[in-house]
Amino acid sequence: MKKIKSPISVIIKIMVFLATLITVGVIVTLVVYILAKGIPNLKPELFEWEYTTENASMMPSIINTLIMTALALVMAVPVGVFSAIYMVEYAKRGSKLVKLVSLTTETLSGIPSIIYGLFGYLFFVIALGWKLSFMGGAITLAIMVLPTIMRTTEEALKAVPDSFREGSFGLGAGKLRTIFRIVLPSAVPGILSGVILSVGRIAGETAALLYTAGTQAKVPESLFDSGSTLSVHMYKLMSEGLYTQQAYATAVVLLVMVVLINVLSSKLAKKLQKEY
Amino acid sequence: MTRAREKGMQILFMVAASISILAVAVICVFIFGNGVPAIKEIGFADFILGRVWSPNQNIYGIFPMIVGSIYVTAGAILIGVPIGLLTAIFLAGFCPAKLYKLLKPEIELLAGIPSIVYGFFGLMVIVPIMQDVFGGSGKGMLTASILLGIMILPTIITVCETNIRSVPESYYEGALALGDTHERSVMRVVVPAARSGILAGVILGIGRAIGETMAVIMIAGNQPVMPESITDGVRTMTANIVLEMGYATDLHRDALIATGVVLFVFILIINMCFSQVKKKGDC
Repeated sequence: MKKIKSPISVIIKIMVFLATLITVGVIVTLVVYILAKGIPNLKPELFEWEYTTENASMMPSIINTLIMTALALVMAVPVGVFSAIYMVEYAKRGSKLVKLVSLTTETLSGIPSIIYGLFGYLFFVIALGWKLSFMGGAITLAIMVLPTIMRTTEEALKAVPDSFREGSFGLGAGKLRTIFRIVLPSAVPGILSGVILSVGRIAGETAALLYTAGTQAKVPESLFDSGSTLSVHMYKLMSEGLYTQQAYATAVVLLVMVVLINVLSSKLAKKLQKEY
Repeated sequence: MTRAREKGMQILFMVAASISILAVAVICVFIFGNGVPAIKEIGFADFILGRVWSPNQNIYGIFPMIVGSIYVTAGAILIGVPIGLLTAIFLAGFCPAKLYKLLKPEIELLAGIPSIVYGFFGLMVIVPIMQDVFGGSGKGMLTASILLGIMILPTIITVCETNIRSVPESYYEGALALGDTHERSVMRVVVPAARSGILAGVILGIGRAIGETMAVIMIAGNQPVMPESITDGVRTMTANIVLEMGYATDLHRDALIATGVVLFVFILIINMCFSQVKKKGDC
């Protein structure tokens, strides 16, 4: 005997199917469009070492993106990991400091990148007089990704079973040794997935860098020179209006990067799940 | 010796934890410290409610930008929330495991795409479609709302799905036991039980949409005037800052920073709503 479904059930089913179809349709359209239009435009002169107005090379910007990412992470990762260690391993739950830190981290993660950019401009460019500098941009981005690294590290630390800590204490290790030898190594995949997420944000960021690190399309000679990352470079290509094809190609490079980052971080997350 | 090191490291960890407090404090001081005097100089009412933005004549009214941000965000919510919520319901309640494995990474990918790429996509794909359908430049409120609606999809889907999944299984089973169908049990029992989580997702989406800059700038038209129809060009607060910061000086520059202050206040209010709703959902 087959149950006859009520019309409402059928309507609900159709609605959720349609919505999912739209979502998937949008994703596929976006990715396929960028790839189809961009790949034919990936020409060798786009990867020449020097940028000129003729080749509109994105190579300097790619190198800048790597430097920028490394620089911001060098600052954000230790601070983020250490503060997560404090929050999970040391602080008493519900203490005033913990509450304040969680509140401010949440605030930081809600601040849009343009506000970060504005702050970086006022602080580094104007108040400190650094002009447009790589360093200013990197610190701005480090603050921006700090909440991501903190949150993922906190979660990773919390996921380490207490028996690990107890075993280590039982063998006579101190708290510090336990944290660095036992707890942190087990939390590495979780921390890494946060770092990778941050790489994605840094590489894709434009608004926070436009008025802090600037738009100069060459590799800076010092960290206090201006230099554009790939996303900023793409914005410039688009706003000048002359380089649509190059912008397509840049979009492909950015998209491929994001895909790689995603694959990497989900692999790590899976590894984390398997372990516990 | 060891004790000193233990103590020293503990203090170092605490200092690291305090950096986020320091960061928020410094950001507030610099944004408000530079922006608030400008608002005073222009006059609070003239600045917030002024309908003319004309730096050449020293007239700085950002009412059109505030309205622009609100309209565009509202449009994005109208488009993004129904699609996102229904997709989340599909993922949580209807999706076969095999298909889920395919869909989930795609949605994560959508979250990772840089906003500049979204803007480019909007400019190259959505704008021409709008030109064909409505005529004109194709850039405007509706175009921006559609693109932002797409951009907030992953936020809405992820948050809603997590919250729908965290509803106890017994709710669903109870509804089934009372003779309801699978679809109606999910829709009328499970989803309403997750409503505070869903609301939190929507608020998060509002925050993302109102703060979005690079994508909007490409496709909203950026005219600093009050929009009269949904196809009119609008300028958001975020766009206002980016567009003119490069060459602004003196009061003009300060007025842009003051625009940032207004945006920041909006964001703080949205953040507060979010943590309130989240707190309520926890208990």
